[in-house]
Amino acid sequence: MKSNKIVIKNGNIIDPSSGINEVGDVVIENSYIIDVLPLSNETYSSDYKIINAKSMLVTPGFIDLHTHLRDPGQEWKETINTGSRSAAKGGFTTITSMPNTIPVLDNVNIVSDLIDRSKSEGIVRILPIGSITVGQKGKNISPMNELAEVGVIGFSDDGNPVSDPNIMKQALMYSKDLSLPIINHAEDKNIVGKGLMNEGVVSNRLGLFGADPSGETIMIARDLILAERAGAKLHIPHISLSASLILLEIYKNMDVNVTAEVTPHHLTLNENWVYGKKGEVPDYIDEDSYDTNAKVNPPLRTLDDAKDMVDGLAEGLIDIIATDHAPHSELEKKCSFAEAAHGINVLETAFSSVFDLFLNKSISINRIIESLTSKPAEIFNLHKIGKLQKGYFADVVIIDPKAKWKVKEDQFVSKSSNTPLLDLDMNGKIICTISEGKIIYKDNKFYV
Amino acid sequence: MKSLLNKSLLDIDQLNPNDIKNIIDEATSLSEKRNPMTKKYLGGKSVLTLFFENSTRTRTSFELAAKKLGSDVINFSLESSSVKKGESLLNTIKTLEAMKFDLLIVRHADSGAPYFISKNINIPVINAGDGLHAHPTQTLLDIYTIQKKLGTLKNKKISIIGDVLHSRVARSNILGFAKLGATVYINSPRTLSLWKNKLFESNNSKVIFVDNIYNALDDADVIMPLRIQLERQKQGNIPSLREYSKYWGINSQKLKIAKKDVLIMHPGPVNEGIEITTELVNSDKSLINEQVKNGLYIRMAIIKSILSEICK
Repeated sequence: MKSNKIVIKNGNIIDPSSGINEVGDVVIENSYIIDVLPLSNETYSSDYKIINAKSMLVTPGFIDLHTHLRDPGQEWKETINTGSRSAAKGGFTTITSMPNTIPVLDNVNIVSDLIDRSKSEGIVRILPIGSITVGQKGKNISPMNELAEVGVIGFSDDGNPVSDPNIMKQALMYSKDLSLPIINHAEDKNIVGKGLMNEGVVSNRLGLFGADPSGETIMIARDLILAERAGAKLHIPHISLSASLILLEIYKNMDVNVTAEVTPHHLTLNENWVYGKKGEVPDYIDEDSYDTNAKVNPPLRTLDDAKDMVDGLAEGLIDIIATDHAPHSELEKKCSFAEAAHGINVLETAFSSVFDLFLNKSISINRIIESLTSKPAEIFNLHKIGKLQKGYFADVVIIDPKAKWKVKEDQFVSKSSNTPLLDLDMNGKIICTISEGKIIYKDNKFYV
Repeated sequence: MKSLLNKSLLDIDQLNPNDIKNIIDEATSLSEKRNPMTKKYLGGKSVLTLFFENSTRTRTSFELAAKKLGSDVINFSLESSSVKKGESLLNTIKTLEAMKFDLLIVRHADSGAPYFISKNINIPVINAGDGLHAHPTQTLLDIYTIQKKLGTLKNKKISIIGDVLHSRVARSNILGFAKLGATVYINSPRTLSLWKNKLFESNNSKVIFVDNIYNALDDADVIMPLRIQLERQKQGNIPSLREYSKYWGINSQKLKIAKKDVLIMHPGPVNEGIEITTELVNSDKSLINEQVKNGLYIRMAIIKSILSEICK
């Protein structure tokens, strides 16, 4: 068989984990990287496919530790195939399958089937996350050993946080020897009640039931206390409040094994987006208000919270960016705000959203790339991905930092397009995505 | 009267003081006619009252208003609809749009639902109450009622007492009264107030939340107790109706510190003996029946201004 050889030439290579931020080449053979930054006068034999990356950024393929693929069970929203294409278009070469599928990923059969179908139907690497409890019902712990053996990389009950502190403690202790994280959606359902959006002035004004932000901090505090007691690994998903960061900092300083992720929307949007004017506060409420595409859980918080999320990510208190990609069909959003499903479609807009934080000088490009690549690999013990190093999988993204594009409903390759960013201008565009040495997406076209 | 033609009335915040004046002038003019030119204005127009939440009083008021203007009225309520069969709101309204109604009058338990409906169909909508959010026709009839008695709202002290958190009337009235220059005082048990006692991010000095009910009642021109829902006790918002009534119920003793000729209003229906005593409901200070009467003319004026091309 003819071997697959690619050189990505003259790109601005950014791989913070290897300390690289300079112009040069990345050399790929078959599924692996065989050289990075070879001598500048290197010539390549004619069997190399050359990709000219002049004035482009070249980074490791992005890793998303929080993806809802909806498959099996809700294939009208997304499938393994459409979700992985959406990922490739957004520069992600590794995504996860959150376990709130129907049926839930709580046993070996269903997880094995998902792994098999991920290989045949997906176009990027898809890593499954198992449920913490059987059926995500919060009662009995899932067979974590068996699930780990077939390849889950962590455990989560998604939007049904484990409410019983004893079950949570048992889950943390039981998972400890597997060294796999427990990912508990931080929300105390009792205090959040019927809450539809962040409780505050905007919920007052729109007459929407407010979700008390204490719901998040109460649960994070409890989980940190239990993780400390169990000595286990806790990963806090989609952290969204300034007060949560204070708790996180205290426990990180105590050397508790805790990590946290933040979504692009909690970094860049705020509760004013529910007004439907792209973050502006309108003079009066009109038909654009009650933007159901801005309905998400945890809800969009205040402007101050969002600023603190950016600072928290910049200084490394928040470890990584994860998308919480949550596709929903048009009808699940085209209804009253109370009826609408929670969630935002993120994979295709994620990079451009956070790239703006670099352009407005809130955060370094190194930190952004690291939190999308080597850091998620490191905290979830994922091997041979997330870095541009010899011997690593050739998962590479080429980005045009100068390109501008508009978020258009009909341009999504995801099955859904539920995002409050519709019709917004974005900066920075994914030009090419290479997964295990294969060009899967380039110049708006798919090659698989 | 300048027409709001083809435009929905969703909340009081979309109207400027001049729009409000025009509606009230029209209501006044309609109320002065012995038989307000029945059938002449809106002959052949069809109006649908679309109530996803129970209400007899408001629906009846709208129905009568539309009929007095000569339009055909059809009533559609949750009980008789396919909503319970799982049909989506979007489907329901698209079906109704195909029937070419000229005007929808919508009440819905979800805040914002009338905005959603108005956005998705090409028929004007009057919001007859959405969730906790807005009840603009109630506000217009309250403004009309106060103006008839006091001439103006400007610099009047209007105090709203009770469950502001769950009240669409309170939200619309705060916006409307403040817009016309009144100073609005609000007092509630903290558990039934707005988060941080704020309706706006900016400091709106005309809207004042006070911790003590007597600061609200003191020297008030108008006092409006809100209906307390029985389930608030179950939800843990108040210890008991008895305690609520004792500390927030309006009685003649509490009224002593208000203006001597203070006016009492209530959006109805009243829990007599709980948020207000029966004695006060029936006293000459009470405008409660006046509100209902004025509501008819206000709703006629609004329907006419949306549908009629006749300019005065």
